[in-house]
Amino acid sequence: MISRDQVLHVARLARLRIEEEEIDRISRELSSVLDHIEKISELDLDGVPPTSHVIHVENILRPDDPRPSWPAERVLEPAPDPAGGGFRVPTPGQ
Amino acid sequence: MTADVLRMSAAEAAERVLAGDLGAAELFSTYSDRIHQLDDRLGAFLWTADEPPTQDGDAPLGHVPLAVKDLFCTEGVATTAGSRILEGHRPLYTATAVRRLAAAGAPMLGKTNMDEFAMGSSNENSGYGVVHNPWDPERVPGGSSGGSAAAVAAGLAPWAIGTDTGGSIRQPASLCGIVGLKPTYGAISRYGMVAFASSLDQCGPLTRTVSDAALLLRHLVGHDPCDSTSLGLPEEVRLPSRTDLKGLRFGVPHELGSRAEGVETGVGEVFDRTLDRITELGGEVVQVGLPHAPHGISAYYVIAPAEASSNLARYDGVRYGPRARNGTLLDLYERTRAEGFGDEVKRRIMLGTFALSAGYYEAYYGRAQRVRTKIADDFEAAFDECDFVVSPTSPTVAFKLGERTGDPLAMYMADYCTVPMSLAGIPAVSIPAGLARPGDGSGPPGGLPVGFQIAGPAFSENGLLDASFALEQALAFDTTAAFL
Repeated sequence: MISRDQVLHVARLARLRIEEEEIDRISRELSSVLDHIEKISELDLDGVPPTSHVIHVENILRPDDPRPSWPAERVLEPAPDPAGGGFRVPTPGQ
Repeated sequence: MTADVLRMSAAEAAERVLAGDLGAAELFSTYSDRIHQLDDRLGAFLWTADEPPTQDGDAPLGHVPLAVKDLFCTEGVATTAGSRILEGHRPLYTATAVRRLAAAGAPMLGKTNMDEFAMGSSNENSGYGVVHNPWDPERVPGGSSGGSAAAVAAGLAPWAIGTDTGGSIRQPASLCGIVGLKPTYGAISRYGMVAFASSLDQCGPLTRTVSDAALLLRHLVGHDPCDSTSLGLPEEVRLPSRTDLKGLRFGVPHELGSRAEGVETGVGEVFDRTLDRITELGGEVVQVGLPHAPHGISAYYVIAPAEASSNLARYDGVRYGPRARNGTLLDLYERTRAEGFGDEVKRRIMLGTFALSAGYYEAYYGRAQRVRTKIADDFEAAFDECDFVVSPTSPTVAFKLGERTGDPLAMYMADYCTVPMSLAGIPAVSIPAGLARPGDGSGPPGGLPVGFQIAGPAFSENGLLDASFALEQALAFDTTAAFL
């Protein structure tokens, strides 16, 4: 069972604001999924290498040649609050 | 425009256009008009192109317009990935897949609805409304490429592209009675696809025929300098032509077969009948084992959320999308994300963050990656015994809207038969094999579509499509039967 404290801890790590009335529901839902997932703890996986990329390929590198990039004003077009050639944000906090 | 033109496959329409018997602009407006008249019944489209593109002569895809899942970035055209956190977002560039198809003569017809960030199996997680299944509007089209599948099945698009992370092309294709192909991981560039789980995401076609899927695939594959994981395919994609299955062995894993847990009786019956057709066509049906496949859902629902929790960290209200105002920088992040993400996306971010957090990493993420190795090994062993592994695509026919929204785990089980192939990175196609009633006997009297999944070794797309084509001809399923 995922506790209320764990829900709040994980939500903080994920930068998600959770309302008080959501905590129990989230705890219940996560616990139910994790109970199912925990079946893999019964498998003997000693010595089995992990797979992070399934097709075996070597790194593909391009020559490190400088190329033109988009002008700053173009990159700022979709920004919610562009200012002075950058992304404006509020203070990181007191 | 006559009804027979509408009912042609996309490949046939392309031939007619290239032969000068059919105008590209006329074809475009026919579909465009149908979307404007009929899509309020489906909810499949989030955006449609206003005008037919200017056509310039010969193009291998014959100017047959394409429906594009809203996961693909399109320059200057809103791309939301089904999420409110990207509402109105206009990307600065176009995804390689869309660009390649447009260059080959398949201009964009519209952008299609989807589960938010491709997380879902019913399209009910979209931030922009549900999509209805054209076979029964009370039912889901599947997901996450639900809009693309419904549009093709309803005759609102000649063909479409979607993306598949754990079944998001194959499962909606199955539920809507059309063809859906997930290619080998790396066959197609992911550049410009809004990332969900980068080690699993793959673009692919949703079409009315296997030949249409092959034709789109031919122009989608290839290495792209913008995606260093893209490889292309070792040989050119051929248009399928095979008429028998002689000399081919089809492996049925009992773990995913007609009597596997959760497979509806009607689905199992269609699956078993399809095996008979394989035998009639000269193919051999053999039993194989995929002992770790039943653990696929567990491994997938650790790995995919873990990757998603990282990929979705970029949606913080700073560089694009709407922003929650007032407060500190932390408030901005937390509120923007709380307001912009839907419940399922939050659930997966939480799940993935938990699985990667200190103290739990090895027990969840580490073990899931080892299970992934075992599943890939299972397939490798199975392909020593057979050419293709077959299973039902989905354990059930299309379920009712709202039926599973309160039970995340029940929703996740919709991917039971498709997730193992995704984890192994191998190509798999779903072709419509017949109709069946759901377990409770509800729904249209004629039944609902059942998909038959065929999976092959990595890079076996040509053989896979050839075998699917032979079986498709024998099954003679009418993929225009649900046209609006």
